[in-house]
Amino acid sequence: MWVRSARERGVPSSCQPWQLLVGVLFLVGVMTLAALIGPADLPLGGVISTLLEKLPLLHVHSTLSVTDQQVVWQIRMPRIVLGALVGAMLAVAGATYQGVFQNPLADPYLLGVAAGAGLGATLAIELFPRTTSWPVSPVPLAAFAGGLVAAIVTFLLGRSGGRYRATATLVLAGVAVAAFFTAVQTFAQQRNTQNLQQTYAWILGGLTTASWQQVEIVAPYVVISAGVLVAYRRVLDVMSVGDEEADSLGIRAHRVRLVTVIFATLGTAAAVSMSGLIGFVGIIIPHTLRLVVGSSYRRILPLSVLFGAAFLVLADLLARTIAAPAEIPLGVITAFFGAPFFLMVLRRAGGSR
Amino acid sequence: MSVRVRDLTVSLSGRVVTEAVTTGIDRGGWLGIIGPNGAGKSTILRAIVGTIPYAGVVEIEGRGDIHHDRRESARMIAYVPQRPELPPMMRVCDYVMLGRTPHLSLFATEGPRDLQVVEEVLCRLELAHLRDRTLSEISGGEAQRAVLGRALVQEASVLVLDEPTTGLDLGHQEQVLELTDELRHERGLTVICAMHDLTVAGQFCDRLTLIDRGRVVVEGAVAEVLTPDRIRKHFGAAVEVVDDGVGGIIVVPRRRPRQR
Repeated sequence: MWVRSARERGVPSSCQPWQLLVGVLFLVGVMTLAALIGPADLPLGGVISTLLEKLPLLHVHSTLSVTDQQVVWQIRMPRIVLGALVGAMLAVAGATYQGVFQNPLADPYLLGVAAGAGLGATLAIELFPRTTSWPVSPVPLAAFAGGLVAAIVTFLLGRSGGRYRATATLVLAGVAVAAFFTAVQTFAQQRNTQNLQQTYAWILGGLTTASWQQVEIVAPYVVISAGVLVAYRRVLDVMSVGDEEADSLGIRAHRVRLVTVIFATLGTAAAVSMSGLIGFVGIIIPHTLRLVVGSSYRRILPLSVLFGAAFLVLADLLARTIAAPAEIPLGVITAFFGAPFFLMVLRRAGGSR
Repeated sequence: MSVRVRDLTVSLSGRVVTEAVTTGIDRGGWLGIIGPNGAGKSTILRAIVGTIPYAGVVEIEGRGDIHHDRRESARMIAYVPQRPELPPMMRVCDYVMLGRTPHLSLFATEGPRDLQVVEEVLCRLELAHLRDRTLSEISGGEAQRAVLGRALVQEASVLVLDEPTTGLDLGHQEQVLELTDELRHERGLTVICAMHDLTVAGQFCDRLTLIDRGRVVVEGAVAEVLTPDRIRKHFGAAVEVVDDGVGGIIVVPRRRPRQR
């Protein structure tokens, strides 16, 4: 889909094939590294052969014992894949919010979307504890509803004078909304005290309990949402001249904003309903990419998917190794890198206005 | 394409900004919209472009329904706002390329023809050497040419300009307007332009519409509209109007003799 013919390569800001290739190789490399590292000391060849065995048409056989194969395929891989899905989604959603609201600090976590999704997910778990027999899990849907409500409230509160780009106002509104939704969510979970430890683990964010079943629930939401957002990459560049000029160029800016925010929120909500609250990925990845490949969303959106995925897999690898055998919550790792980064972006944004 | 505006009334946040404006220009003509600050010049232009709701009729080449389809409308009318939004990190070539938007379906990518159109316009406007600079790295005059370039690659036959020389020094003002006039003749464009400098309006326009407090005061050929009496009445300025001898008009401010 991203491979362009030679004649199209002339579009100056298009994502270059080599950039995508670097992204893919980096992601595959990081995922392989994460599959290698863990409490059970497994040989490189064994892990790789186990992974290759799962690929169709390759006819590779694993050199590991059945138990070790289980470690790689049932414990490490679901966690890695879930991390990649969540990271990709948070990064591409952050870039999208920044584009359609023309606000460099827009991020699913800072806008309260993640907190709203968390509340939705918590309520769904409390109200419908037995959902394994349901054809569709209600958790991502409830998370989506919560996330969308939070997004709408934040934008209504933060839209000073009809403009979304008053950077600080939007973020302050997001902080207030996030605090409120988190408070309600904590209250809802406190009533069920046997889940208390799980609650806090969830709030801090983590992939500890990742399973293939969770991957199956989240994957369709993330793939569809990220796909739609990446398809809008050129339109997001048009949006950067403001609504009225975008309208004069034949784009219905309000409609584009509505559609992209819905998909960004849907994907984020599904991801967050499994991973808990993980902040700053949507700030770190798009802004780092801007420094390297320029400001065009044609590059930032597809590359955010790849590097967002790789970043979260790496962050999760750190979370489970630096204090092994204990685990540091993933949200702590992303905040550790993200908060200074956030301040840097805030300074730059403040300086340009 | 000819443009006709009939009984155009625009209300913004409950306030009537322009009322029953009727004006128009034939294909290939240059219509100047003049009037004091806050008269409603920009509002009329925005209604013609179709980015704000209005009551009344805007007809392009006899068609009154062009604003129903945004893309189609953007293929007919290109718009240069008074203070265009210039994303500081965007490169000049990418910015000009945005003008191809109405020719692309929502998820399409530019093809060779789009690239060729952009290339031609970059060369024509002497922007080719700046293509890889970002908008924050070029001068005001260059940025204005880039905005004009974006409008030109739309390949619309009506060009709507809102005070395109705002913030430019004298030399660059002249450059932008001469360029617009050359392009009008080369491409048969119809130009509708809000202007605050009456001499410039008197030299470049075929017809003028004088607006005051949202209403048309007078509409007609340049010499009919620009008279000292009208300018005193609607701009509150004492001026002398001079025929430049080649079909244009020069408006010179003239201080009233002081009485001691």
